[in-house]
Amino acid sequence: MNFNQLKKNLKKDYTGLKPIKAALLGDTATQLLAMAIRGQGYEAGLDIEVYETDYDLIYETVINPAEKLYNNNYEYIFIFISTEKLQQAFYKLPLQNRKTFADEQQAYNVNLATIIAQYSKAKIIFFNYAEINDAVFGNFSAKTGFSFLHQIRKLNVLMQELAVEHKNIFIADVLSAVNKAGLTQATSAKWYITSQNVFQLDFLPTVAKLCTDMLLAFIGRFKKCLILDLDNTTWGGIIGDDGIENIEIGDLGIGKAFTALQYWAKELKQRGVLIAICSKNEEDVAKNVFINHPDMVLRLDDISIFVANWSNKGDNIRYIQEVLNIGMDSLVFIDDNPYERELVKTMLPEVTVPELPIDPADYLPYLQSLNLFETVSFTDEDTVRTKQYQEESKRVQLQQSFASVDEYLASLQMEAHIETINKFNLARCAQLTQRSNQFNLTTIRYTEEQLQQFVDDGGVAICISLKDKFGDNGLISLLLIEKNDDIATVNTWIMSCRVLKRGVEELAVNEMVKAATAMGCNTIQGKYLPTAKNAMVKSLYTNMGFTALHENDSALTIATFAPFKTFIQTINN
Amino acid sequence: MTQQEIKDQVQAIFIDITDNPTIVLQDATTSDDIEEWDSLTHIQLVVAIEKHFNVSFTAEEIGGYANVGEMCVGIEQKLM
Repeated sequence: MNFNQLKKNLKKDYTGLKPIKAALLGDTATQLLAMAIRGQGYEAGLDIEVYETDYDLIYETVINPAEKLYNNNYEYIFIFISTEKLQQAFYKLPLQNRKTFADEQQAYNVNLATIIAQYSKAKIIFFNYAEINDAVFGNFSAKTGFSFLHQIRKLNVLMQELAVEHKNIFIADVLSAVNKAGLTQATSAKWYITSQNVFQLDFLPTVAKLCTDMLLAFIGRFKKCLILDLDNTTWGGIIGDDGIENIEIGDLGIGKAFTALQYWAKELKQRGVLIAICSKNEEDVAKNVFINHPDMVLRLDDISIFVANWSNKGDNIRYIQEVLNIGMDSLVFIDDNPYERELVKTMLPEVTVPELPIDPADYLPYLQSLNLFETVSFTDEDTVRTKQYQEESKRVQLQQSFASVDEYLASLQMEAHIETINKFNLARCAQLTQRSNQFNLTTIRYTEEQLQQFVDDGGVAICISLKDKFGDNGLISLLLIEKNDDIATVNTWIMSCRVLKRGVEELAVNEMVKAATAMGCNTIQGKYLPTAKNAMVKSLYTNMGFTALHENDSALTIATFAPFKTFIQTINN
Repeated sequence: MTQQEIKDQVQAIFIDITDNPTIVLQDATTSDDIEEWDSLTHIQLVVAIEKHFNVSFTAEEIGGYANVGEMCVGIEQKLM
């Protein structure tokens, strides 16, 4: 999409797209970028209202409590301070002050963020800085703190450290985008001089996409699973024809291309992306490569679900989606065969199916250029997710061997830990509110700060972790309850679909009643806010014995409630 | 390329960028005559013209032409 096409999007019909309110604060002309972001939003299914503040008045805007920025509840604030303006400021400094330029600019940015946080709960997203060598010191720039390049590089490092420390500060990695395109393609002195636009028109869609990728991740629309074909995708050659000693991985033929792709997949897995296999092969022949080939990077324990058979890939991917129990739109399918790609695209249009370049050497750079796996969080749970899904498939197998569900549930020896929000689980709780779409009654997204605020304001949080004989599922359910006189309102009820129908729902209601009683309430009010994805919990409250009041509201009278029997032993912390 | 051909092609670019098929460019046309031709659209127009004719305007030329006619003469000179 070029800029002209994005601008034409602005005239299209945005009804039905997800509304998002974002602000863009810049010290150079940003109108074109704002248009590009809104236009790119259309492509991503977002109706982004981009509020652009007055030109080059970042501080003045932020400091004013009466600003529209604060009164209109913008959820995301992008701050685009340009390298060009920083350079001007740097040159105005006396020599002796230049060595602390980066520290001072970081302090200025911290100050901006601190002021914003006083008036707004918005996420603050700083653009990082193009690293321009001004040819004053040449290559020596790195060797002296007096050079601009030295300081701008240091600032980029300081800003990422700031983002690590502050939950609400994020970095939009404009620098990587500029590096990839090249400074001379990304910027233009001519346009900067004539119109105060830092970026060339042709580069704006790239910057805008960076912003919309982040926004999509913030609202929970991100990819959770990478599905790989095997022959000529994960390795070179056809295992059924060529045999294990002749397929290309590692040093054989162009094996390095496939090895590189496997390393990338493994990195994604460690970050919490699930890896699945979908291949037309004999299962034992295909699995044998993962077990016995010395150069394989991916091994069976990296794979959440392994599907190798001769059925069509659309059906197989649907099966993968059902077992993993994640949204169809969170799947990415990689296959070298255009026929298979087309079939999957046609059968399952929600699945992301990138076209692959002809040359396997280009597979990885191309896939990386798409930035498919944006995320806005990374917690300890992410690193063990694959293991949890593998345990789940063992449970599915066990379940098939029991006559009754109760007998099966009892055999799992489940143990639940009930606790409130604390500093150890805060990140995971916030992540649950961000990630969960299906078993999520109200789909209210919380940052860590907002969750903490909820508890500080007197709200009650119930966090449930579940263990069984196959392993630890971790923290899988979160309930947030507010007191309104004698009514306890369940503001949020989320559960990981991995533990569906094991009694955690009933356990949650039992805990809800205990909490409401302790809060001095006599009634629990349950709310269901329908979204495109949470139909599975539409009747949850009535199934749990609540009385439907009107459309999406229901109530439970505590006095007449008898606790549900579950097969879960509870431990309260 | 004749002056007229350049003008026709520039007109087609104006129509594409502004989405206004009724635009008819004269030599004397300026941004005052075309509602959509604001400073932002000007950037789009110049970039599109540069690409189309494979020419490059200098910083001074970008804001310097008095009207469409002058700009087309400028393009013609660059093409020579």
